[in-house]
Amino acid sequence: MSKNRVAIIDYGCGNLYSLKKALVRVGAKPSIASRPEDINSADILFLPGVGAFGKGMTELRRRGFVEPLKACISKGVSLFGICLGMQFLFENSEEFGMYRGLGLLQGDVTKLIPQDAECKVPHVGWNTFWPLSEASNWDNTILKGLSGGEQAYFTHSYAAQSVESSSVVALTEYGGARFASVIAQGTVFGTQFHPEKSGEIGLQILKNFLEFV
Amino acid sequence: MNSIRIIPRLDIKGENVIKGVHLECLRVVGDPQEMASDYYQQGADELLYIDTVASLYGRNNLLPIIKKASFDIFIPLTVGGGIRSLEDIRMILRAGADKVAINTYAVKDPTFITEAAKTFGSQCIVGSIEAQRVADHRWEVFTDNGREHTGLDAVAWARRLALLGAGELLVTSIDQEGTTRGYETELIAQIASSVNIPVIASGGAGNPEHVVRAVTEAHAAAVACAHIFHYRKYFINEVKTVLHQHSIDVRL
Repeated sequence: MSKNRVAIIDYGCGNLYSLKKALVRVGAKPSIASRPEDINSADILFLPGVGAFGKGMTELRRRGFVEPLKACISKGVSLFGICLGMQFLFENSEEFGMYRGLGLLQGDVTKLIPQDAECKVPHVGWNTFWPLSEASNWDNTILKGLSGGEQAYFTHSYAAQSVESSSVVALTEYGGARFASVIAQGTVFGTQFHPEKSGEIGLQILKNFLEFV
Repeated sequence: MNSIRIIPRLDIKGENVIKGVHLECLRVVGDPQEMASDYYQQGADELLYIDTVASLYGRNNLLPIIKKASFDIFIPLTVGGGIRSLEDIRMILRAGADKVAINTYAVKDPTFITEAAKTFGSQCIVGSIEAQRVADHRWEVFTDNGREHTGLDAVAWARRLALLGAGELLVTSIDQEGTTRGYETELIAQIASSVNIPVIASGGAGNPEHVVRAVTEAHAAAVACAHIFHYRKYFINEVKTVLHQHSIDVRL
């Protein structure tokens, strides 16, 4: 994995520093890509993100990352989106209006609406993630070595819906609302939770990803 | 369903973790990095750092401590004390923190909460309330780590903070803090039922049963504990095991 050039995209809205430290911990040497040309030489890209979808997407576009990012994906570069960064991978989001995402994956980002009134939004805290069905296993995924029911740290009010089941690696349920919490399609990956803040399980997922791609 | 979060609270003065009673009579209990690493290994779900003298001196001094922590500790870190500008928040996040807790400056300028939430997202902004009982079923908000009166009603202020854009509320009872007599469950319950954002109960935990009560009676989404962990009365897992026995979801 050391040969791979890892870059974290900095568009002003992500908490890059925790992610950087987590990647260093699992043996990578990530650089911070603050300009579009910085991502051209990378083999592996991370797209972090906190905050609102519209603002984040606007910043990504204003700083000229959108087209270079898509060009990287089409030449086979691996991309890992985290939290808001994962939501960007989809077609649209309805957060504070209607915004277009990167459209790399089918699906839309919609408000999380738990049926259980005890479950407040934002969904903040540790929650479990599970395989799509009992028949699915994670051997050939970034969740290799995990068995389902592990917990990760979430903090979000919106989630991806209508995702093609072939792209869903893990699901999470919150107060009766189910959503895709880990996704993968081709070289595009994402987690709704923060692996860099999910203790040893999260570090394992990042390590798996770096070995997998 | 989410797990109930157990959050060790590290009150910091200078370079040390300190602990007091009613936010006063502060005593040094240890080194922040050693304690934080230990709590991470024990299974803490999050860590809360409060600079106890920051408001007094007009700035938060925790940056070096947070920077160091974030190399080894991969759970959410919340930092409070003396935060009064977007630049303060940016610096703290850059150091590796995930959330900031704002008390004094929110009272001085409530629009700051909205501005901060719009810039960094609500998930990043924790409204911090320090409350003292002033009559039956009534609590007043204090600022500057329990030093200054505000005249604000704690439950009304909690509601306002949620409307302003805070993503979580940290509710510390000055009466219970450091006493190990249990959380101020009535206050926590009133606030938790008044807002639709998660509430972190703080102040008073002396045993795992107190934590159970904060969850079952007061509907806290998370609990901050200091004394019982700092003085090694319980390990984090022991508290979680008791919660689990009461059918409360925890991360074991």
